[in-house]
Amino acid sequence: MSPISTVQRIQDTLAAALSPERLDVVDESERHAGHMGAVPGKTTHVRVLVTAQAFRGKSRIERHRIVNELLAAEMAEGLHALAIVAKAPGE
Amino acid sequence: MSIQQFIANEVKSNDVILFMKGTPQFPQCGFSGQVVQILDYLGVPYKGLNVLESDELRQGIKAYSNWPTVPQLYVKGEFVGGCDIVREMFQAGELQTLLKEKGLAVREAARA
Repeated sequence: MSPISTVQRIQDTLAAALSPERLDVVDESERHAGHMGAVPGKTTHVRVLVTAQAFRGKSRIERHRIVNELLAAEMAEGLHALAIVAKAPGE
Repeated sequence: MSIQQFIANEVKSNDVILFMKGTPQFPQCGFSGQVVQILDYLGVPYKGLNVLESDELRQGIKAYSNWPTVPQLYVKGEFVGGCDIVREMFQAGELQTLLKEKGLAVREAARA
């Protein structure tokens, strides 16, 4: 058992890198129970809603790439699905 | 032919191609299923490639696009995005615009 949850780690990583105006990290693993990639008791499916100045003027793909790259270690560690809503403030 | 060459060839020779889990008739992942629903709703012809049939393809497409998740949609050789981006673009009418700009017919009544 890791002392810090996956969700908390994702929150910390994104908060440190993006200084977001708004950040919600939701563990949706339960909703995918029994589906592909789901591992009982493990955080495998996460939804990230993040509003940050860093996304200003960036395309959707560029925004997702920023989040994907920040969370590459989590993906390598068994995070299976990462849903992203990335906005700049005011959008 | 390497997997990267295979993917490049598929992307080049299909106007709309979706790398997905399962098939358009039987998606095996909710995210892939959402993109299938959108493309079917727009009535645009597309090819679905099932990454679950080949681990080489599954890893290969992630490297090809530098994108860690599936599904992945390509239109006329251009990477459009994954499920979230496709859905956001569809809801904003941008996907329809993109397809039309690329010369692809979209069902006229199709609105988000």
